[in-house]
Amino acid sequence: MNSKQLTCGFPRVQSVFGDCLEHAAKLLNDSGVNAYIDGAQSICRMGRGEEPVLAFLEEMPTAAALLGEEIIPEAVEFTRMLARSPNSRAMAPFLESMASASRALESRELFTEYLNLVNQIMLRTTPKVHGIDAMYASACLPEFLKSAPYLFGRLSLGGIRNWAEYGIKGYAADPDRQRDYFLMQSADSLAVLQRERHGTLFSDNEKKLDRYLRGLWEMEAAFVPYSLAFDILRKPVPYFDNLGIHLPDVYEDLPGVRGIDRYRALLAHLCAHLRWSEPVMADNLSPFQRIAVEVFEDSRVEYLAMQEYPGLAKLWRKLHPAPQEGACPEGWSGIRHRLFMLSRALLDPAHPYSNPAILRHAEVFRETMRRGPSSTEEMVDMGVRFIAQTRERADLSAKVYFEGTEVDYRDDNRLMWRFFEEGDEEESDRKPRRSQEKAEMERLPPRLYPEWDYSAGHYRPDWVSVYEHLHPKGDPVHIDRLLSKHALLARRLRKVIDMLKPQNRVRIRYQEEGSDLDLDVAIRSLIDFRGGAQPDMRINMSHRHDGRSIAVSLLLDLSASLADVPEGCAQSKLEISQEAVSLLAWAVEKIGDPLAIGGFHSDTRHEVRYLHFKGYGEHWGDEVKGRLAAMEAGCSTRMGAAMRHAGHYLAHQNSDKKLLLVLTDGEPSDVDVQDSRLLTEDARIAVRELDTKGIYTYCISLDRQADEYVSDIFGNRHTVIDNVASLPDRLPALFMALTK
Amino acid sequence: MNETIDVDQYRISREPFYQPQGKEVVLFEAAYASRMPVMLKGPTGCGKSRFVEHMAWKLEKPLVTVACNEDMTASDLVGRFLLDASGTRWQDGPLTIAARMGAICYLDEIVEARQDTTVVIHPLTDYRRTLPLDKKGELIEAHPDFQLVISYNPGYQSLMKDLKQSTKQRFSAMEFDYAAAEVEAGIVARETGAGADLARKLVKIAHVARNLKGHGLDEGISTRLLVYAATLIRDGIEPNDACRMALVRPITDDADIRDTLDHAIDTIFA
Repeated sequence: MNSKQLTCGFPRVQSVFGDCLEHAAKLLNDSGVNAYIDGAQSICRMGRGEEPVLAFLEEMPTAAALLGEEIIPEAVEFTRMLARSPNSRAMAPFLESMASASRALESRELFTEYLNLVNQIMLRTTPKVHGIDAMYASACLPEFLKSAPYLFGRLSLGGIRNWAEYGIKGYAADPDRQRDYFLMQSADSLAVLQRERHGTLFSDNEKKLDRYLRGLWEMEAAFVPYSLAFDILRKPVPYFDNLGIHLPDVYEDLPGVRGIDRYRALLAHLCAHLRWSEPVMADNLSPFQRIAVEVFEDSRVEYLAMQEYPGLAKLWRKLHPAPQEGACPEGWSGIRHRLFMLSRALLDPAHPYSNPAILRHAEVFRETMRRGPSSTEEMVDMGVRFIAQTRERADLSAKVYFEGTEVDYRDDNRLMWRFFEEGDEEESDRKPRRSQEKAEMERLPPRLYPEWDYSAGHYRPDWVSVYEHLHPKGDPVHIDRLLSKHALLARRLRKVIDMLKPQNRVRIRYQEEGSDLDLDVAIRSLIDFRGGAQPDMRINMSHRHDGRSIAVSLLLDLSASLADVPEGCAQSKLEISQEAVSLLAWAVEKIGDPLAIGGFHSDTRHEVRYLHFKGYGEHWGDEVKGRLAAMEAGCSTRMGAAMRHAGHYLAHQNSDKKLLLVLTDGEPSDVDVQDSRLLTEDARIAVRELDTKGIYTYCISLDRQADEYVSDIFGNRHTVIDNVASLPDRLPALFMALTK
Repeated sequence: MNETIDVDQYRISREPFYQPQGKEVVLFEAAYASRMPVMLKGPTGCGKSRFVEHMAWKLEKPLVTVACNEDMTASDLVGRFLLDASGTRWQDGPLTIAARMGAICYLDEIVEARQDTTVVIHPLTDYRRTLPLDKKGELIEAHPDFQLVISYNPGYQSLMKDLKQSTKQRFSAMEFDYAAAEVEAGIVARETGAGADLARKLVKIAHVARNLKGHGLDEGISTRLLVYAATLIRDGIEPNDACRMALVRPITDDADIRDTLDHAIDTIFA
């Protein structure tokens, strides 16, 4: 026993010190224990109350045992630094995070990284007044440290750093929301956490699972993922109801089983139920009888599924727990323990159990299954018999032995029960309230798009909500009048259009093999041949189709500035745009390319409106003209989201070439964004995303000052039109030059 | 002008194995009796070509098969002028050859050919039964034994790949599909000598893929591919590898589908 004592005045510290020292002595060697006591002494002398000392005494032995005792002075030094800064309130939470951090980090280097991260967070979330920062405490640091044990359970250190980084940058100007972020109380915080998680995410594999259902089980069902992150007391269990299949949003890999296979194990089990289970009345059975019946029924459908897909046996056996025989302590209810030993025995013929009741029932079950698919009714009989024959007094004990009795790929079996009484069963709390339902009916749900945050170097997930509408209708005559004004221009355009129109068959001459003899060349060759010269062998000709397959999406910026009247013009930009767009639409219709026209404006990230003027399949008629005539300007320009949305539709067009034309009169901006570069950068990334989808983006800007930003976004794919009045002339010409 | 055609090279000497699924043999014989043009519809690899071979063997008629493609022109079917030492020489195309010698002419995957190519068969497929060679100035009367058969896979779902009504309505049509599971397993077993159990498992994998048709797969796994897989397994390849190579990799590039099918193989061949 170490003879050193702690000279510390706090009575609570003194009262636990003995126990802590004993605990530390078990884990550490003598020098470690000395460092431990010295550390506690130093922290005590820092004079910041008893809590840091208690936390240190409690946590440090475990941490030092895991990572080596060298970390004790390192942690003490860091604590001293905290004590001297305005952030002394963070000392106790910091020390409390030690054990979980060491457990997750597993190496000294990473631990030092962790200290750096804490330091960074402290420095960067400390409010600064006139550039001086040593006056106020960071509100986020203690919250972060309190969240740390939870975070370590789910993220790698890199993930935690990204998560923290996002919070620091995203809410730099809003300390209250930053604090919520680090407390994990804001939606963004959880969304970013989800993105950084390890494990197999449902959202990455939804398609695969859908294919799995269709392919192997010929089933179609909606998936409703739920999160395991928020229910700590009561873990949700997968189930099936009329909304679809409810399943966890993430599965960690287990030894020997990948996350995706855990999803498949779950789906296979559910599908087996849907295929072979018949609902039976539940009201006549006691709760014990019911879980026994469930075990038999689960085993029955799994047996049948394994007949069809033998590989499932291997998968399920890996996931099904194998309860230890005789593990249930005296006086505890062993009902679940017994049933899940049985369940294991039914699934795995190579089970180790020797309990005669289990062996007997397993034999009866196998015998029944050998005879045919059996039925849920028969399983009810078996379950009831099992309970009757294995009943024990201790079963009724309130202390139920749960160890090894949770089969996480099985659902909660609600689909196999029917109840006489409706009301207190699981379904009743699922019905959405009326008012909620109604509010959602009024417009289409938004599409969510990410937004690029250049300063953090990553996407903000599901950041922008895009609502789409059909543009309201106006008077189509207005557009006809505009077009007739440009009759001269239209006549000129028509000539160009005729040249652009696809020629179907083009002759290719001088071919060695072709469909027809090219007589001119053939005769020349023959003369050469007769004259003793080397003849040209390429005497055939063939034909080629000269098609044109271009889909065009024209995206109009409908922000408020469009209503301005530029210098030297009699009309507003809006009216000029209307003319230009009408001419373009008319010309493209003549050429025959599919064209869609959409407009956008935005009012914060929660409301980006995308208005359809013309769809790809629609013709240039009164409907479309009417919508164009009613065009209005308002709000701001969140360009990236709108381009992503237009690109989403364009990408689904079945054309060789896809062109997105953006007609705008100013740089991207929105009322909820102060940093002018943010949306410009986002738009640049959006252009790059579209590029990877094979969409060629081109911008026509009506802003004379556009040179400053437009090439940042679109590279050299842009034209700035200084003289706005010439737009009706330039726009169709530009389009034709681009698509020639 | 014309060398005599060596008819024997187009004859089928040994009986090709074909497992009838319904009344198709009787129906085809009836159509042949009146030389009615026949269209065979059905997914790829379900036995259309094999059926035609079998019928040609059964009726003891020569068979001329043309695999159609996008670049095929009318002259590839009908014939063209070639140059030789003495000037130009006419070379009959396969359709002309078949019409002259009274063969069954089988145009495989006719929709692959361009529509302007397809129309040259029109005069052969109605009461006229003639083939005008306009470049040569000759009108060929089809031989009394000549019959035209085309195959057509309606699963393409493309506007460009469809037959004109005027072409469609010159043919009687027979619909083919993959055989029922038991029959298909029998075909695979018969073709490759595979065991009944193996054949059944292969067919099960094929059904998984056929369920995915239209959900990322254009076409399910065909009987032909099953025969490939069974052949590989017969030659000593592990079933899991053989199925991946013969069944999954050919039909899809989509990682999700590939993964699902690989998983199906693993659960079926556990």
